[in-house]
Amino acid sequence: MKFSVIIDALPYLLGAAVTTIWVSLLGVLLGQVIGVAVCVARQSGGRAADIAGGVYVSFFRGVPLLIQLLLIYYMLPLIGIDVPPLVASIAALGLASGAYVSEIYRGALNAVPHGQSEAALALGFPGRSIWARILLPQAFRISVPALVNELILLLKASSLISVVGVAELTRTSQTISASNFRPLEIYLAAGLIYLAINGALALFGTLVERRLQQA
Amino acid sequence: MTAVSQTATPPRPASAGDAVPMVSIRGVGKSFGTNEVLRDIDLTVDRSEVVCLIGPSGSGKSTLLRCINFLEVYDRGEIRIEGKLVGYTDDAQRRRLSNRDLRDLRRNVGMVFQQFNLWPHMTALENVAEALVQVRGMDKAAASAHAGRMLDRVGLAAKADSYPARLSGGQQQRVAIARVIAMEPHLMLFDEPTSALDPELVGEVLQVMRDLAADGMTMVVVTHEMGFAANVADKVAFLDRGRIAAFGTPREVFHEATEPRVQQFLQTYHERNSF
Repeated sequence: MKFSVIIDALPYLLGAAVTTIWVSLLGVLLGQVIGVAVCVARQSGGRAADIAGGVYVSFFRGVPLLIQLLLIYYMLPLIGIDVPPLVASIAALGLASGAYVSEIYRGALNAVPHGQSEAALALGFPGRSIWARILLPQAFRISVPALVNELILLLKASSLISVVGVAELTRTSQTISASNFRPLEIYLAAGLIYLAINGALALFGTLVERRLQQA
Repeated sequence: MTAVSQTATPPRPASAGDAVPMVSIRGVGKSFGTNEVLRDIDLTVDRSEVVCLIGPSGSGKSTLLRCINFLEVYDRGEIRIEGKLVGYTDDAQRRRLSNRDLRDLRRNVGMVFQQFNLWPHMTALENVAEALVQVRGMDKAAASAHAGRMLDRVGLAAKADSYPARLSGGQQQRVAIARVIAMEPHLMLFDEPTSALDPELVGEVLQVMRDLAADGMTMVVVTHEMGFAANVADKVAFLDRGRIAAFGTPREVFHEATEPRVQQFLQTYHERNSF
């Protein structure tokens, strides 16, 4: 072990970690939007929406993320859409995450007592307000632990986008260790950086949970 | 007004619209599958009247109450509120009303639930103000001010910033009542409003309901509080197996009813509540 190589590589690794973080965050945001939309559509959009949502969920949960990523990356150009690796990566992460998130919210909604929306209905709330003001805020609170879990899984899964050439943490580690022939030190450093990021995420999740419990 | 009140309730002011009853229920029936839970119900509630629905569990009283604001769909007969047919188009086709039309109906009908159903992620004040913003379209400041006055009316001005989890059951139910009266409903429905409360908290909720009745609110109350029914109600309907088995003033139902089911129910009630 030669720790000086880690010191030398650290600026590059940390720069790549920043890419990992923001690609993951964009993926998570996209996943949240898709997940909530799919969940609401399946619950209140009629049979066709429910079936379409079900197909979406089973595809993106059932096919490995790596395959999804390669499909998006290689298939879209065939139908005339040229996607940069970054965009394909974020789309793949968001689509996969959305499938899980929609199921997380479905479970959480089942845990919100029926009387909650009934009280709003009896007061004359429009359906849109019931979702936005009563159901989703409560579903969100219930799902915070599961959503933090999903965030951590997604951040780790983002290492897969190295295969389409995005210079995130894993890809950068490969590049550096291929040039200095010190894979053990470099991958160890990368692993510790992933660990630190996820530790921070877990801490953030705990803080959010505590904050929401005070209410 | 047709009520001949023999109760401690002060006389109510007669208002102009007395010609059309507040609630008119004619021949209403409902089944869950093959189970007939309401059969041929007739009931009229006049303006400013308090009508209590009593009877054993499973007799259909909550279902009947929930049909009045169409939280429960009735299959046969008709329910009218201030002359307007509830839940269906008022023509030969009798199609189910759109959600928008149902909302218009429900804006004038408040409902108080057994489990309070306050929204746990909002403070007491926000619980009361929310419908004013979402349904009435008031701006937030005006809604909060109005909500504050309503909390004051149920004696909870000091708890405006408390979340429901920090309130006792009785306080939660009073917030739920404030949430409803803030909307200035023409009619209020109470679905066993004190059944989920510890005995020592029942009184404060009943007092708020008494005040509402004295102010002339029209109320339909499903309750097991026979004292409240006897002292506050103008009319009492005893339901048994989906039918109204006895109906009249509290005196008529509690003291003069001859139906064996009514007597048996009241006797059980008295035995349970005496010691």
